[in-house]
Parts: sequence; C-alpha cells; structure tokens
Amino acid sequence: MQVGLISLLDGLVYGMLLFMLASGLTLILSMMGVLNFAHASIYMLGAYFAYQIDQWVGFWPALVIAPVLCGAIGAAIEVWGLRRVHHNGHIAELLFTFGLVFIIGRGVQMTWGMLPMPYRVPASLDFPLFTLYGENFPAYRGFMLLVSAGMLLATWLLLKKTRIGLIIQASLTHPGMVSALGHDVPLVFTTVFAGGSFLAGLAGVIAGNYLTTESAMADAMGPIVFVVVIFGGLGSLAGCFIASILMGMVQTFSVVIDYSFADVVKPLGVTIASNDLLGEILTIPVSRIGPLVPYALLILILVLRPRGLMGTRET
Amino acid sequence: MTAPGLSLVEVTKNFGQTEIIRGVNLNVAAGERHALIGPNGAGKTTLFNLISGRFAITSGEIRLDTVRLDGLPPHRINRLGLSRSFQITSIFHRLSVLENIRCSLLWSRGYRYSFWHALGRQRALNEETERLLVELNLAERRDVQAGLLSYAEQRALEIGMTIAGGASMILLDEPTAGMSHSETEYAVALIRRVTQGKTLVMVEHDMRVVFDLADTITVLVYGRVIASGPPAEIRANPAVQEAYLGALAA
Amino acid sequence: MSDVTQVPEARVLPAPRSAASTIRYWPWFAALLISAVLPWLFYDWQHARHAGFVVSVLSQTGMMIIFALSFNMLMGQAGLLSFCHSVLFGLAGYSTVHFLNAAGAGELPVPMELVPLLAGLAGLGFAIVFGYVATKQRSTAFAMITLGIVQLVTTAATMFHHFFGGEGGIQTDRMIGRSLFGLEYAHSIEVYYLIVAWMMIAAIGMYFHTNTPLGRMANACRDNHERAQFVGYDPRMVRFVQFALSGFYAGIAGGLFAITYEIVTFDAVAAPLAANALLMAYIGGATTFFGPVLGAILITLMQSGVSLMSNSWLVYVGVLFIAMVTFAPAGLTGIVLEHAPIARAGLLRRLVLPYARGLLPGLIVLLGFVGMVELLSFLTIGQAQGKRFVLFGSTIDVHGVMPWLISLVFLVGGGVWLRREAIAFKRVWDGLTDIARQGDAPMGESG
Repeated sequence: MQVGLISLLDGLVYGMLLFMLASGLTLILSMMGVLNFAHASIYMLGAYFAYQIDQWVGFWPALVIAPVLCGAIGAAIEVWGLRRVHHNGHIAELLFTFGLVFIIGRGVQMTWGMLPMPYRVPASLDFPLFTLYGENFPAYRGFMLLVSAGMLLATWLLLKKTRIGLIIQASLTHPGMVSALGHDVPLVFTTVFAGGSFLAGLAGVIAGNYLTTESAMADAMGPIVFVVVIFGGLGSLAGCFIASILMGMVQTFSVVIDYSFADVVKPLGVTIASNDLLGEILTIPVSRIGPLVPYALLILILVLRPRGLMGTRET
Repeated sequence: MTAPGLSLVEVTKNFGQTEIIRGVNLNVAAGERHALIGPNGAGKTTLFNLISGRFAITSGEIRLDTVRLDGLPPHRINRLGLSRSFQITSIFHRLSVLENIRCSLLWSRGYRYSFWHALGRQRALNEETERLLVELNLAERRDVQAGLLSYAEQRALEIGMTIAGGASMILLDEPTAGMSHSETEYAVALIRRVTQGKTLVMVEHDMRVVFDLADTITVLVYGRVIASGPPAEIRANPAVQEAYLGALAA
Repeated sequence: MSDVTQVPEARVLPAPRSAASTIRYWPWFAALLISAVLPWLFYDWQHARHAGFVVSVLSQTGMMIIFALSFNMLMGQAGLLSFCHSVLFGLAGYSTVHFLNAAGAGELPVPMELVPLLAGLAGLGFAIVFGYVATKQRSTAFAMITLGIVQLVTTAATMFHHFFGGEGGIQTDRMIGRSLFGLEYAHSIEVYYLIVAWMMIAAIGMYFHTNTPLGRMANACRDNHERAQFVGYDPRMVRFVQFALSGFYAGIAGGLFAITYEIVTFDAVAAPLAANALLMAYIGGATTFFGPVLGAILITLMQSGVSLMSNSWLVYVGVLFIAMVTFAPAGLTGIVLEHAPIARAGLLRRLVLPYARGLLPGLIVLLGFVGMVELLSFLTIGQAQGKRFVLFGSTIDVHGVMPWLISLVFLVGGGVWLRREAIAFKRVWDGLTDIARQGDAPMGESG
C-alpha cells in the first residue's frame, strides 16, 4: 500500500515531466510534420543553462531565464535552419535536427566538460513535504508537480482562449487549410517551435537537479518522449497527456515490481528454469524488464492503431 | 477475355455527416463506352473512387459482372480486370517512361514479386513495352524521366499505364483535362483505339469528347443519377438541360 | 501535319538496351582490383608485415559498404526510412557468434567462407519477423515503428544473457578450423580478403536486384503507391519482401563484423549504428546505387582518421550533415550528376575557374571553423584531461588571444569572401544550365 501511494505520486511527477517535454514535441510534429530529434537536446540545454545561472545568480532567476534562452534557440533553429531545409522535404528536416543533436551534444561537452554537473535542488525546497508510511515525499517533487501543472494550465489557456491559440489548434489538424486562409503560417511555425523549446527547457530546469545533469541526459530522455508522442497520437494534446501519465506510471511502477512471470506460475506448481533464452525471458523480474515496456507498447499501438491513442490523422 | 459489365445498386457514400453519393443505380453494359457527366461537386470522382476501392462505400453493392467489388482492396480489384486513370496525373515520376510502361505490364505477365528475373533479358516483356511506347507515340521519349514529360505526354502515359495490364474494364477520370484542341483529338483517337473490345467508363467535362466517344451517357447531380441513356436522349432531356447543359441545343 | 487518327506504324524494334545488359563490367573489375591491391600499398617490406591500422580501416570500410548499400535498398530505392537497420545487422552478428562457437565445438560443419551466408540467412529471418510488423505501415508510421524496434532490441540486448551476453556482449574465436581453401584466418589480412569477396558478392547481388521486377516495383511504390496498386501490386507485399532482402544483406555485413572482431555487444544493434547507415547513404547520395558506397568510404575514413586527430569529430559530422541536407540533399553523387547536362553540352571547362576561385575562401572558412572548435574543445575538455593543443609539433596556447583571433578572422572573413564567390558561381552555373537546356529542348509541338 505504501509503495503504491508514493509510487503513484512519483509516477505522476514523472508523467507530468514527460508531458512537458512531449507536448512541445507533439505540437511541432503535428503542425510541421518534423520529427524534431533535437528536442531532447534542448531539454538538456535547459538543465545546463539552469545550472550555470544558478551558479551565477540563483535558482529562481534560472527558472525564468533558462527556458526563455531555450525558446530563443528554438526560434533561431526554425528561422535560420528549418525554413531553409523545408523545401527539401520532411526527411531533410528530420535529418537536419539529427545533425543538431551531434552539434549540441558535443557543444555541451565542450562548454561544461564531460562530468555531471553538481546542479542541486535549491535549499529552500530541500525538505520532506510529508511522510507517508515512513517514506518521505520531498517538497521539490511537489514543486515539480506545481510547475508542470501550472505550465499545463497556462498552455491550455493560451490554446483555448487566445487567437493565436486558435490558429495553432487549427494548424495542428489542418495545417494546409490554415495557410490557405491567409494566416502567417511561418510565424505560427516559429512560435510553436519556440514555445515547444521553451517547454523543453523548463522541463530541463526542474528535472536537471532531480535527475542528473550530464551530457547523456538527452539520450536517456529522448526515446521515451518519442514513444509518448506517437502513442498519444498526432494532433491531440489530450492523447499526449494520457500517454505521458501512462508511461510515467508504467516506468515508475515497473521498477518496484520484483516479480517475474515465473513467480506468478510458481504457486501453481510450475517451475521455470532460466537456462535458455525463453527461460530467461520468463524468469526476469518486471523491475528489470521495465525499460522494455514502453517500446513494446509503441510497436503494438502502431500496428493495431497507427493513429495512436487519440490521433486525428496519420501523417 | 470478354468485356465485363459493371453494375452499381443503391450505392451511397457518406463522409461523416455529409452525404456525397445518395443511392446511385448504374448499369454499364459489356463492351459499352459509357460517359459520366455532371456539374462540379456532383460526386463523379468519388464514384470512381468507390468503384476502384480507394474509398469504402457506406451501403449498396458494386459488381463487376457477378463479382462483388465493394470491400476489396484496390490491387485486388485491379487483378480482377478493372483499371483506372486519375484526374491528377498519377505516374511513377522518377522512373523513365519505359520503366513506367514496363512496370504496368509486370503483374499481368505473371512476374509477381520476383527478384530473380533480370528485366533486361525478358524478351516478350520488352517487346510488348516497345509496342506500347510506339502506340502511345512516346517511343522517342522512352528514357526521359516521367516527371519531366509535358502535360499531354504524361496524360498519354497515364492512359497507357491504365490499359497496359490488359484490364477489360477501363475507368478514365477526365482524360483530356487541360489539353489543347489537337491534343484532345489525338487523345480521343488513342482512347478509341486502346479500348477496342473493352468496357469503358469515362468522366468527362468536354462535351465534344463525350458525344464523340460515348454510346451511353449518365448524368450525375448532387450524388444522384438524374438521367441515363444514349446521347441523343440525354441532349433532349429537359432536366439535364436545366441542371447541366444549359441552353445547349442539339 | 499528319492525320492524327492514323495508327503510327508499329515497328517491332529489337529489345531496348536496358541498364542490365549494358553493364560494362570494367568498373566492377576495377573495384575488385583496387580492393585487393590497397593493403599492399602500405605493406611494411622491411619487417614483412601488413600495416595493422590500414587493414583494420579497410576491413571496416568493406563491411560498411555492404551495410550502407543494404540500407539504401530501403531508403533510396523503396522510400522507407528505417531506424532499425542496425538491428538486422547486429542480430545476425550475435547469431554468427553462436554459429562460430558451435562450429568451433564441432557441432556445425560449415566452412568459414560460408559463415557470412549463414549470417545473411539469419538477417533474413529476423527481417521477416520485424518486417512483418513494420511494413504494415509506410512513410512516417513505418519510420516510427522502426524507432520502437531499435529501442526495444537494444534494451533487450543489455538485459538477457543467453543470446546477448548482457551488457558485456558475447565472444567467439574465429579459428574454427574449417575452410574451403585451407585458411586459418589467424591473420587479419585473410579476414580482409574474405570481406572483399563477400562485399563483391553482396554488391553485385544488390545491383542485380535493382533491375528485377521487385526492385523496380519498390521504386514504383516509393514514387506512387496508389498507381502501384492499379498496376496490380500490393504495396505492402513489395515493402515486406524488399525489407526482408535488405535484412539478408545487412546480415552478411553483421556476420563479417562478428568474424572480424570476434565480439558482438549491444552497440551492434543500437541506434547510433543505424544512424551511421543513414549518414553514409545520405551523404554519399541516396538517389544513385553507388552513392552509399562513396558515403561508406568517406564516413569510415573520417571516423577512423579524424577521430584520431580530434575529439570533436562528431561536431564536424553534424555540420557536414546539416550542410548536405540544406544545400545538397541528393548527396555527393547527386552533386556529380547535376553536372551531367553541362558536361553533355561540353561546357564543363567553364566551371573550372569559378570552382578554383571558391577553393581558397572555402579552405579558409574550414580552417577558421576547425580552429574555433578545437580551441574550445581544448579549453574545456582538454584541460580537464590534461591534454595540450599540438599543431605540427608546436603547442598552441589555448588561453592566448592570438589563436582565437586568427580563427575568428578566418571564419568570418573567409565566410564573407566565400559568399561572394558563391553568388558569382551561381550566376555562372545558371547561365551554363540555360545554354545546356536549349540544346536539349524537345521539338516544338505541332498544331
């Protein structure tokens, strides 16, 4: 029971973090058709910027400045990079962002070095918020939840209540039509790319000191964010949200389940030895196999329902 | 292979809430040249898409002779002997003209998914390809990338690819759209020649082509058939005149 | 003007020349010869042994040529962007380790020369399994499924021990004592020639494939899958068979990998290797058959050579990639082919001067950029690792102003100069293209 509640909260925290990252990516993918491989790299930049600004000024300024910097970088990438490549097709755009991954990755290493950065949780937030069955729930995690929920609310308001938000929503599902109606689609694209990058940067700021800030963090987050985006479906932020929470829960809960398939059948008198590949698969505890599950789910849904959970179109 | 007949019984198609095809009954006799005309938005291309399996029908039946077509995937329908051309030219734009024609012949020649036949050495296949190229007046352009052809040449290629596989039910969607007068004359002669002994259904806007080629004309307005019969009958039909032909005298 | 309704006289022409029958075989012989002779150019006659590094790089190149060509069966030929090609390579590699171990223990009576064939069959098998799932979709959805597959298999490879050996991988000994030619394969040069032989077999096989019904229909489905349906083909089946065959050839490469290095780890199935294939095919030119060969040679040389000289080789790859994607999406062979109309019109000579004028500023920009990157790298990483920036024997002070200033001037100044030359070049190019096009124009239409 105790495991359940704390894990539930942890899963929620992780899920919301994923959603902050995935929402930007799904907006970019749905609207522009670009699979932005550099999204996780910008998340990483957010963490590193936050660390640096924290060193110079403090955590709270970092919370504001770092995401803005990331948004600016996103805008720059879109205006000076993607726009030029756009006429060469979607694959060219994808490959462009691919090249950026190398450059940003190495750039980060060159600027800050190869070791993980000592980016710590600020002292003002470093205390247990409450204790449940002897387990502490750190205040910082509550803070993360607060920030991501607040961001989610702000984004929702922006999309539903403002004019630009309306245009963005329309562009999510019918980009061609929006352009035909005379809206400045390139400006919308830049805004969305910058906005997505802002969110990614913010995710980096609050996650960087919770997880580790190191040059491999983009590779650690990247694949799972893609799974969330595709699982949730193109053109649907609601689907993205559900997928994020789902994946967050799956990742968190699988770590605490130490049972395997063999353990389940053992009470029935069936013993499975682990001395061959099949045996190995059946005796491996779920906690170890956890990382596999998202990808298995991804393949499953793409085969059964290529639109994803709530996608509005296929490509 | 004897030319088949095509029959549509109470075919409807809805896109969401919108009814596009509202209960179409159509009979195309074997060997007939049948034109489908109607104002823009009447649903002519949609009807073609339903027959050729690109879209699924909402209700009704489509039969090629006695075989039901509705519900089958496009390539199955094609293998049953129905082939179509598209309103917007649909060719293999990065392949050469020769390759386009040759690819159109492959399945009907039984090559299937072979990866062991060297195409250069297939005598009968290459001879037939050459014959078709000459027939389409594209022999000089055989090595040109299909996407680089002129519009009229591409339309000719499209027609060629449609009939190459030996289909006996041919659907042509606005084959002469965008052509000049002499190009249209040439295309009509080509169509007449290559659909000899087959059944032809054609969507057309050019009335001269329609009255020149067609044995039977069906008029489609807002997803319904309002008239169907020989050209003279259609010309004289007041409902048709009102809806479509205007004051066009015989 | 002839009566347009008259049937043009149907002449029965001899079978038209097609690519297959006009293969002038000499490029293949040349390639074989060059591959065979290359190691000997670096042979150490004094000590009667081969240059280990050279043989290693050449072997790696040979494997990557097969790998990149098999990848382009999907990307360039079928229009399928696959991120899981490394999975087919790596799983065949793992299988080969098991084959070799079995052969060494006397359980598998297969000569070494045929082991790559077994590896290819393993690759084919895995490609059938994964391809069945992946080819249900096309275009973007296909690419995404392959993303899922590569992550799935990579993660699995670190988890399970029996097939994959966990994170440490599995090892083998290639001296299995069976050979059609009585070779022990103790020396890397012998393995190199095995690679060359299989490289030729694979390349010839894949080249032949491009001019078969399936090969052509793969192109056709890439161009227009709807039209492909209306010439009777099921695009899904075409994708599936093409995927399976690409797996066969990727498997051969994977098998050679296992034989050469005698160890296979999860790196052999992981995404970076799949990205490598993409890089090679794209930079070499995905629209031609030989583009990936060029790309494989270039990337492998860069990886081996540049990474020796600089830690920042990934930055250069990234920049090269971005430059190609922006300015030359058809790759290097695409650039070469773009010269064809001008060459046909005999105007190639007029480009020599414009190219020469761009050479110097281009070089300066390159030096400036490399300078900046290396200076930065040594300032941060190098310092931490205690390395110094040594250029042509003299140490460069990373903290001094001069090196930075020079690099900056080169980069910016060279950039401005290059831009001017590029604009002038474009003017010349456009002019020549116009002249060339007038020569090619079709006859005016009658009527």
